[in-house]
Formats: sequence, C-alpha cells, structure tokens
Amino acid sequence: MKKRVLLPTVFFLLLLTVGAASAQSSTPVAVTDDQVNAVASELFCPECENIPLDVCPSQACIDMRAEIRQMLEQGWTKGQIKNYYVERYGDRVLGTPPARGWNWLMYVIPPVAILAVAWIFYNSFRTWKRSSLTKDTQSPEIQSPPAVADDYVARLEAELKKAKK
Amino acid sequence: MMTNLGLGALFLTFVLSFYGIGAAIYGVKTKSPAWVASARNAMLLTFPLLTLSALSLIYLLVNGHYEVEYVARVTSDAMPVYLKITALWGGQAGSLLFWSWLMSAFASAVMLRKWDQDREFLPWVIVVTLITLAFFLLLALFVENPFRRVWMTPDGLKIALFQPAGAFLARAVPQGLNPLLRHYGMVFHPPMLYLGFVSFVIPFAFAIAALISGRTDDRWIRITRRWTLAAWLFLSAGLVLGMRWAYDVLGWGGYWGWDAVEVAALLPWLPGTAFLHSVVIQEKRNMLKHWNVALVILTYASVIFATFLTRSGVLSSVHAFAESSIGPLFFVFIGITSVTALALLLWRWNSLKTEVHMASLFSREAMFLLNNLLLVAIFIVCFWGVVFPVITEATGFIGTRVPALANLFTGQKITVGAPYYERAAGPLFAALLLLMGICPLAAWGHSTVKTLGRAIWKPLAASLVFLVLAFVAGVRQPLSLFAIWLVGYAGAVIVYEFGRAALARHRQTGENLLAALNRLVSRNHRRYGGALIHLSIVLMALGIIGIEMFQTQTQGSIPLGKTLKLGNYEIMYTDLISTSSSTHEKTTATINVFKNARPAGILHPSRAVYFDSGQPVTMPGLRSTLEDDLYVILVDWEDISAQGATFKVYRNPLVNWLWLGAILLAVATFVAGWPERERGT
Repeated sequence: MKKRVLLPTVFFLLLLTVGAASAQSSTPVAVTDDQVNAVASELFCPECENIPLDVCPSQACIDMRAEIRQMLEQGWTKGQIKNYYVERYGDRVLGTPPARGWNWLMYVIPPVAILAVAWIFYNSFRTWKRSSLTKDTQSPEIQSPPAVADDYVARLEAELKKAKK
Repeated sequence: MMTNLGLGALFLTFVLSFYGIGAAIYGVKTKSPAWVASARNAMLLTFPLLTLSALSLIYLLVNGHYEVEYVARVTSDAMPVYLKITALWGGQAGSLLFWSWLMSAFASAVMLRKWDQDREFLPWVIVVTLITLAFFLLLALFVENPFRRVWMTPDGLKIALFQPAGAFLARAVPQGLNPLLRHYGMVFHPPMLYLGFVSFVIPFAFAIAALISGRTDDRWIRITRRWTLAAWLFLSAGLVLGMRWAYDVLGWGGYWGWDAVEVAALLPWLPGTAFLHSVVIQEKRNMLKHWNVALVILTYASVIFATFLTRSGVLSSVHAFAESSIGPLFFVFIGITSVTALALLLWRWNSLKTEVHMASLFSREAMFLLNNLLLVAIFIVCFWGVVFPVITEATGFIGTRVPALANLFTGQKITVGAPYYERAAGPLFAALLLLMGICPLAAWGHSTVKTLGRAIWKPLAASLVFLVLAFVAGVRQPLSLFAIWLVGYAGAVIVYEFGRAALARHRQTGENLLAALNRLVSRNHRRYGGALIHLSIVLMALGIIGIEMFQTQTQGSIPLGKTLKLGNYEIMYTDLISTSSSTHEKTTATINVFKNARPAGILHPSRAVYFDSGQPVTMPGLRSTLEDDLYVILVDWEDISAQGATFKVYRNPLVNWLWLGAILLAVATFVAGWPERERGT
C-alpha cells in the first residue's frame, strides 16, 4: 500500500523538478482558477467516472486541481500535465481513449458500421429504382404518382374551389 | 402484514402472467376464443394485483418499516413524505416493481381497446407483453425482491424473504435516498423515462403479433401510431426532465454530460424517432415494411438494453447507484427476444415485400430514408461509445492469459466522454437538422433537383438574414455562423410551410391569417402537429447551440463586498450563511448581480453536505432570461469563510429556448396525436 503511494509521489516530484528546470522562468508564475480549469476540463476524475475534473466536487479532484495549479506555476504545459496523469492513472483520465492498439476499434467501428448501413440503403435504393424503371417501361399504368409539391395544399385548394362553386 | 400482502400480490401476478401466456397460445392452437378471453382477463388482472403490491411497498416506505431491507436502503425518518413515495423507484428492487406496474398498466389499457377488427393480433400481443412482464417480475421476485426482510438469527443479521429458523425480525439502519436524488426532479424524471420505455413495448408487441399471425399489412402500424407517439413523448419528456434536473442539481453549468447512463436512455429514442418517421412512408407509399419491423425490434431491444445498463451496475457512473447480479439474466433475455423477433422477420420476409418502388433520390420518401440512416448512425455512435469501455475492461483477461497480447488487451478502464460524442454525433445531428429543412418541401414520388430547388429557394434566401444578423452581432467563427444559419434555415422552412398554406386558405376563403392557420392545424393534426414538433426541435437546437458554442465561464475567489466579472455581468459577494437541518448542513451565499453596471437581481448559490453519506450537493444561483442564463456556483473545494469565497460563474446564452422548445414539443405531440373527426383509427 505504502509502495503504491510512494512511487507516484516520487515520480511527481521528479517530474516537477524536470518541469521546473525546463521552464523559462525560475520563479513561480501566478496562475488563475480559469487557467487551472482550462487544463482540468480536458481530464476526467479517475475515481468517480465520467465527471470532468474541472467540475468534480470529490476530494481527490480537489487535490488534483491543486496539483495542476502547482504544475502550471512551475511552467508545465497542458500536454505535460495530461501525460503525467495518464502515467499515474491510465488512459481513463482522458475524455477519449488514445488511438493506439485495441482502442483503434473505438474510432474505426462506427464509421464502418455507418457506411455499411448507408451501403445497404443505397443498394436497396438502386434495386428499387432499377425495378421501378423496368416496371415503368413495361406497364405505364402503375407508374409512381407525379410530383406534387405539396399534396395537402393542393387538396386543400381543390376542396376550397369546389366549395366556392 | 403489508409485506406479505405485497409479496403475495407480486407472486400471484408472476403465476398469472404464465397462465396468460399459456392460455393465449392454447387459445390460438385450439381456435378457442374463450381461452384467449381468459388470457386477456389474466392480463387485465395483473394491473390491480401489481397496484396492490406497489401500494404495499409505498405503505412500508412511508411508514418507516425498516425491517424491510429495501425501505431502510432508500428512506430515512428525515425524508419528506413525497420523497419516501418516490423512493419506490429510487433503488434497484423498487424500480423493477415500478417498471412492472407501469408495464401492466399500459398492457391493460391496450386490452381495453376494441378488438373486433383485430382478433388475430390479440393473443400474440398478450403473449409478448406478458413475457416482458414475466421477465421483470422474475427479477423482482427472485433476484432483487423489494420485500426482503432483515432477520436476527443466532448467527447474526440475515436478509431473507421468509423467517429463518429461530430468527426474529430486526430493524436495519436507515440510509436514506442518495442526496442527488432528493429533489423534485425525482418525482417526474424517472417515471417519465420508464413510461417511455414500457410504452415502446406496445408497438413491438403488435409488430410481433403481425409477424406471427401473418397479417403483415400496415394495420399494426395504424393501430400503434398513437401508442408510439405517446411512447416517444414520454421518452422525450423523460430525457428533457433529466437534462433540467442535471442543470439544476449537478452544478456543472450544463444539462447533458454524455454520461454513459444518459446515453443509454437516449438509445431507444433514436430508433424510436426513426420508426415514427418511417411508418409514414409505409402508410403513404406502402414501402419499407421490413425496415419498420426491424426498427421496432431495435427500439424494444434498446429499451431492455437501456434498463439493463442502468439497473445492472455494469457501468459505474453518477447514475449507476445500484449494483446487482441481474446482468446475465438481462443479457439472456435481450438475446432470446432479439433473435426470436429477427427470426420471425426473416420467416415473413416474402409477405412483407412490396410492389411499390422508390423513384427518385430527391423524393420525400428518399429524404425520410436518409433521416432514418442518420438516426441509425447516431445510434451506432452512441451504442459503441457505451459498449466499448465495457468490452475493453471485460477483455482484459485475454491479455493476462496470453502474454503476447498483453499490450493489446490491457483490461484498462477507459473513459468515453463528451469529446467523442460531440465529434462523432455532432455533425450527424447537424445533418439531421438540415434534412428537417429539406424533407417537408420535397415531393412524394418523382422529384428532381429542379423541383426541390424551386421549393426551397425562398426559405433558403430568407435564412441568410440569420447569417447576416449573427455576423453583425460579432460572431466570426465559421462553425458558429453555420450553426446559426442552420437553425435559422430549418425554422424558416417551418414558418414558410405554415405561411404558404395559411395564405392559400386566406386567399380562397377570406379568413384572417390567424383563423386560417387555426383551421389548417385543426383539419390536419398529424401534418401540422409534426411541423410544430419540428419547430420545437429547432427551438431546442437553438438553446443547445447557444450553450454549447457560446458558453463563457470564469472562476475566482473574492472577498466579501468585492466583485467578479464575466462579460457584461458582474457579481458581488455580499453574504454567507450556514444552516443546519436533521439531514444536512447548508451553506448559502448571497450574490448581487449587475448587468452593464446596473443591478440585475440577487442570487443564492448554495452547497449542502448530507450527514449520512457525506456527499456534497451543489445548487446554483440562476438568473434566467430568454437572452441568457447567469449560473453561479458556490465552489465547494475552496475553504469558505465569511471573508472570502470562490465562485464559478457561467453565462449560458439562449439556453432557455431549450426548455421552451421542450414545452412546445409536448404540446405539439398532443396536437399530432389528437384524433381527427373525419378519420377514425
């Protein structure tokens, strides 16, 4: 248990040092709540799922926002902060899974499925159209009705004309 | 006494539903109307029995019978009576009973209709509804029984239905309802959603009855049109009420977080909406018969799937407060019903074939088909977004067992949140809105680009005004400009549609325009009710675009008497008080609002912490106008003192149009479903 707490803390301190060293300014900059929220809104609470970090009221999220403030003060970029939390908690802290490995399916399956349905629709349409054209040439009496811009308005006007007479 | 009464009624209903299924099938086999009538009576009897069972549980909830485990889990002495009643659907076991009760109410109402012309449907409608009911009763009786009691045995406390040997009744410690559920929204949101869910079982039952009986004309669609419309209204109302509840209680400044359970509730709405549209093509053009049956099967499966997601605890999110072992049973039920329904569809495939064909890609029926494609596409996006994280987690064992695949199947939990849905479903919703602006002007049958162009050019030209207005108002982002134009165009088409018809009538009859409009709507409820529903969707889209694209926010700590600025708004922190009740401690701030440096009201954002769970509940201070909402949250993660507090302030432009649109949607659905004098169904 102790090891589980110690390792991320050491890692965090190490990253803070590296971040601080690479920062342009050596003195901490003032960070506003809005700047903290701008980063936190792109992360999710690792414990209470599906709640963005910027609006999550849990204690874990309060602590994470305080950490983010410290990181920003030390000159960390948004990308560095996000990477840090991914290392610490896994991909679940991101709003969408990164497109690698098995996760590719997340992004590939919906368009493939939609295209498949669209193809079925289009194919059915072509078949309908072809057989409709064949039928049109064979028996003109069962053609589809002619285009009526607005059948109800047309009916309405016809009825009204009748009534006027 | 009441526990045994409720339990007995529940068990009797379970037995009765099996009798009803058996009697209906036997009646068909022996061609005996008496057996079918008996099955119908069994169906009708389920309602009073389940009412008795539900009332027994309500009695136990209201009177604090904490020897019943469910009562102790969802109520406490400090809760008001209305919340104790809503606790009927506040937990797993009670909500299964509530679901069953609503199901029996709807099924019984269907039984009371005149069946003279539709005798062949009756036994199969009974069978399908009773199978669904029996499944939920099975769960409520044998897996999650709300009448289980707490017993003190020589080995300690035990939860059981009946008294174990040597045991006596004990009282469990009341835990009370989840604080987030202790809200007026609890009275309306879950029942509406459940009503939407159960009422979609009715069109499904008729579709299956049509397939089994072989009467595959559009009679089943005509009978269920109003049931479908009612189901759609309940589901839509349930979704919107959930949005409003989230907006008022969850305190994140929004109404829809793309939480997995929210998405699950949206799932049946998507094929349900597609079905509402595609039945029009079957009625008008005798087409898409296979497709309509498939859609209603998909809607029913989604209803059961959504209930499974929310009830099984398979997703852990803010909504999934209940966890139990009913998941596998749901899975089996969804599998068996879907496969059986699809097998029936394949069996009747040939009799559903039609001789009418689609003539043009620009015809109204083609547009309806495209609308269906878009709704199904959104369904795929949402379904996959909900299911993929579950699959990812569930397949982790492959990586554990096969080291070579460890990198692929990590079993790591992932989040699929708003960014995925907004990117994937956003453009599809926009395309749907665009189609809404084209479809009503397209002609049935043969249609060309030219005829379509001739029909749409006027509203298209009028809609450019919105583009100019948005540009003048300072909107520069191309996507935002496009969104505003889109809403303007879809709205212009509806106004054009009404205006054109009213003008035609006015010219012919001399009636004033308002009277002409009124007569038009009253003479064709379905058409103009539909147009009004579209108008309500446009208004809701306006609200959604307002908050999604133009929301601004800021957060800051301010000392007493100082201000925080957001755009042309300024809030001044003037007071902070703490009050305590038996259930929670509440801290309320007083905020003076200024707009353009002028006083614009006083707000009281607050935060309550419940003693029993330690859970904080944030209530925003809200200044609401048609132009925008100012939404102020007393931030709960900073130390609060009388000297300084942290506030998060959102400005949500146009969001009120979302709620106004929802009200219009309810009214318009009533208009669309209202019977017309000259036509009877």
